[in-house]
Amino acid sequence: MNDGTPLNGTPAADPDLLYSAEEDALRDAVRSLLADRSDPATVLAGLESQAAYDTGLWRALATDIGAAGLLVPEKLGGAGASAREAAVVLEETGRCVAPVPYLTSAVIAVTALLGCDHDQADVAAPLAALAGGNAVGVLAVPLPTAPGGPAAPTVRATADGALTGRVTSVADAAGAELLLVPAEGPDGPVLYAVEAAADGVRTDPVTPLDLTRPLGHLTLDGAHGRLLASGDRARTAVAHALLTGAGLLASEQLGVAEWCLAETVRHTAERTQFGRPVGSFQALKHRMAALWLEVASARAAARNAADALAAGSADAPVAVAVAQAYCAPVAVRAAQECIQLHGGIGMTWEHPAHLFLKRAKSDELALGSPGRHREALAGLVSLDAP
Amino acid sequence: MTDAEDLRRRTAELLAAHPPASTERLDFLRARFDAGLAWVHYPEGLGGLDAPRSLQAVVDAELAAAGAPGNDPGRIGIGLGMAAPTILRFGTDEQKQRLLRPLWTGEEVWCQLFSEPGAGSDLAALATRAVREDGGEDGDEGDWIVDGQKVWTSSAHLARWAILIARTDPGLPKHRGISYFLCDMTDPGVEVRPLRQITGEAEFNEVFLTGVRIPDSHRLGEVGEGWKVARTTLMNERVAIGGARMPREGGMIGVAAADWRARPELRTHDLHQRLLTLWVEAEVARLTGERLRQQLSHGQPGPEGSGMKLAFARLAQEISGWEVEFLAEDGLTYDDWTMRRPDGVDFTGREAGYRYLRAKGNSIEGGTSEVLLNIVAERVLGLPPEPRTDKDVAWKDLPR
Repeated sequence: MNDGTPLNGTPAADPDLLYSAEEDALRDAVRSLLADRSDPATVLAGLESQAAYDTGLWRALATDIGAAGLLVPEKLGGAGASAREAAVVLEETGRCVAPVPYLTSAVIAVTALLGCDHDQADVAAPLAALAGGNAVGVLAVPLPTAPGGPAAPTVRATADGALTGRVTSVADAAGAELLLVPAEGPDGPVLYAVEAAADGVRTDPVTPLDLTRPLGHLTLDGAHGRLLASGDRARTAVAHALLTGAGLLASEQLGVAEWCLAETVRHTAERTQFGRPVGSFQALKHRMAALWLEVASARAAARNAADALAAGSADAPVAVAVAQAYCAPVAVRAAQECIQLHGGIGMTWEHPAHLFLKRAKSDELALGSPGRHREALAGLVSLDAP
Repeated sequence: MTDAEDLRRRTAELLAAHPPASTERLDFLRARFDAGLAWVHYPEGLGGLDAPRSLQAVVDAELAAAGAPGNDPGRIGIGLGMAAPTILRFGTDEQKQRLLRPLWTGEEVWCQLFSEPGAGSDLAALATRAVREDGGEDGDEGDWIVDGQKVWTSSAHLARWAILIARTDPGLPKHRGISYFLCDMTDPGVEVRPLRQITGEAEFNEVFLTGVRIPDSHRLGEVGEGWKVARTTLMNERVAIGGARMPREGGMIGVAAADWRARPELRTHDLHQRLLTLWVEAEVARLTGERLRQQLSHGQPGPEGSGMKLAFARLAQEISGWEVEFLAEDGLTYDDWTMRRPDGVDFTGREAGYRYLRAKGNSIEGGTSEVLLNIVAERVLGLPPEPRTDKDVAWKDLPR
C-alpha cells in the first residue's frame, strides 16, 4: 500500500516508481505459482479445451495467494492492498499470458463495485464473493471501451429492474457468474448486478483473436437484476473501473513485452546461422537493444499509472493515458519482433510466441486504443486539436 | 560517520565564518572546499568528508537557501565529472593535493584530449604518440614528448589542464599500448583552434600537439595501463547523463507545446497527432529518468542509464524537427550564424532551427547511438559480441 512516504526528501506528491519489498514478495509468490501451473507451453496445450478459464489456476491465484482481493479493503473481505500490488500480479500473468479473469474480475468488476455504496448488502455480498475468488464477475461493456465509457449504454432497465439489450465482445463473460451491467434507466444511468444463470440472460461465445481471454456477446431479454447504483454514482463507478482497468492493463502489457524480449534474446544467443549466433549480428542486436529501452520505459510508465491510481492522485487520468498510449504499442512491437527474430519457428503453432502477439494486439484495442488515449490526453494537458 | 545533522552544523559554521554577502566568490568556494563541503563523498582534505554521496543534497540545499555562490558547473563540467573522479582513483597524493581544489573552485578549467580524427567510436585506435626521452644516467626517468591531433575538445580554449591519452607502445594491441597523462595546456607545442560546427558556432576545438613535453610525474596510472584509467573517465561521463530532474513538459517538449498553444493558426491534424505521440514519449522518458534516479538513491542502480542517452537523443531530434515544420515560414529562418564560442548548449533559449541542427550531435557525442546500442545488447542483454579482427594485432600492424 502506498503510504505516501516521501522519497529522500522529495514531496509526497511525487510518484514512487520502484517496487516495495512487499510487492517483490507478492511477485515471487505469483511467479512461482505460474511457473508451476501456467508456463506458456502449458497455456498452449490447454488452449482448445473449451474451458472459459483455468479454474484450478484461478483458485490458486485468487484464493490461495489472495490476489483477487488485493483492491478490496479488509473490512469488506479483501486484502486491503492497492493498485500497485494488483499491477505486480498483472505483470506476472502477462508474462505467461495466463488464462485467468484477473483483469476483468479482480480489477475492473471489483473497482466498479467499490464505486457503489458498499454499506448495502447488494453491493457488499458480491464484493466479498469476488474478493475471495469464490465468484467471477465482469463489467458488461465491450472490451475496447475507453475510460470515458460507452457513448450510451445499449441496455435499458425498467423501474423494477428488468434489463433488455445486447452488449458485444464482453471479456471473460462466458466464465462469469456475475454480470455488472451499466444500463439506461427511466431516470438516467444505472448499474445493475445480474446473475449469469438468471432467466433472460444469454452469452454467445465469440471466437477471439486472443484465445487466452475469451469474449462473449451478451443478450439480456427482460433479465432481472439488483440495483447497485444510479445516476452520477453509477456513471462514476463505471468510469473509474475502466480507468483503473486501462491503467493496470499497462502492467500486463509490460509483462507481455518482457517475456517476448527475454525469449528473443535467449533464442538469438543460441541459434546459429552463417557460423555465428544470430544474436551477435549488429542488425539484430540493435533491434533488441532498442526494444529493451522501450521495455524499461514502459515499466516507468506502468508504475507511474499504478502509483497514481493507488494514491487516488488527481493526475491519474494523465498517468493512465500516457501509460496506455506508450505501453500498448511496446507490447505489440515486442511480440512482432519476437516472431520475426525467431524466424520460421516464430510462425508455428507449437511455439508460444503467437499467444503473446494475440494478447498484445488484443490488449492494444482493449480499454481504449493508443489513439483514443492520446486524444484524451490532448484535452487533459491543453494541446487542443486544430 | 558523518550524518545529515553533522553536515547541517558544518554548513552553518561555514556560512557564519564566511557570510556569502560579504565574502568574495572565490574565497567562499575555497573555504567551502577546505571545510569538506565541496563534494562530501570525497576524502577529508580533498574537499570532502568521506560522507555518503546522497548527503551532498543536504549541503547544497542549505547553501542555496543562504544565497551562497555556486561553482559554475557549465564551464567546469569536464573537470568535475570526468577528470576529478579519475584523479581521485588513480592520482598520486601530490597530484590530488595540487589539482583537485582549483578544479573544484573553477580557478583551473579542464578539458579532455581523447577523441582524434581517426579515433571516434573506436577510441582505442588513437594515434597520438608519447615517446619517452632518454633520461640520461637515471635510466628511464625522462619526460614524455607528445605529438598528435585531438578533436571535439570542449573548453580547450579556456582550459589550464587536460586529461590526455596517447600511445606509448605501438607494438602492442591497441588497448594495451596506451598511457594516460595530465597535460598542461599552457606548455609550448599545444595549439588550440576553434572547430566551427553545423550551427555556425564553435563549441569545440581541435588541439594540435607538437613536441609537447610532459613530465613523468604527470602520468596517471601505470605506463601502458591508460585504457583502464580512461574507462573510469568514460564511465563517469555516462553516469553524468540523465542525472537532472525534470518537471513534466521540461526541456524541448515544453517549447514545442508552448509553440502549439501560441500558434493555433498553424495547427494541422497531422502535426497534432505527431505532437501528442512525442509528448507521450517525452513524458515517459522523464518518468524513466525519474525511476532511475529513485533506484540510484536507494542504492540499486539499474542499467537504464545506458539507455537514457539514446532516448534523449532520438527525442531531441524528433521534437526539434517537428518544431521547425510546425513553424512553417518561421521555420525557414535562422536566428544567428555568427561564429560564437558559447559555454554550453542552449536547448530552450534559441530558435527552433538551432535546436534542430544542434540536436544532430546528440546521437554522436559521448558515444554514438550505434555504439550505445551495442553496449546495451552485450552488457545488459548479454548477447554475444561481434567478432573482432583487431584484438590481438599490434596497433602498428592494423590497417589504417
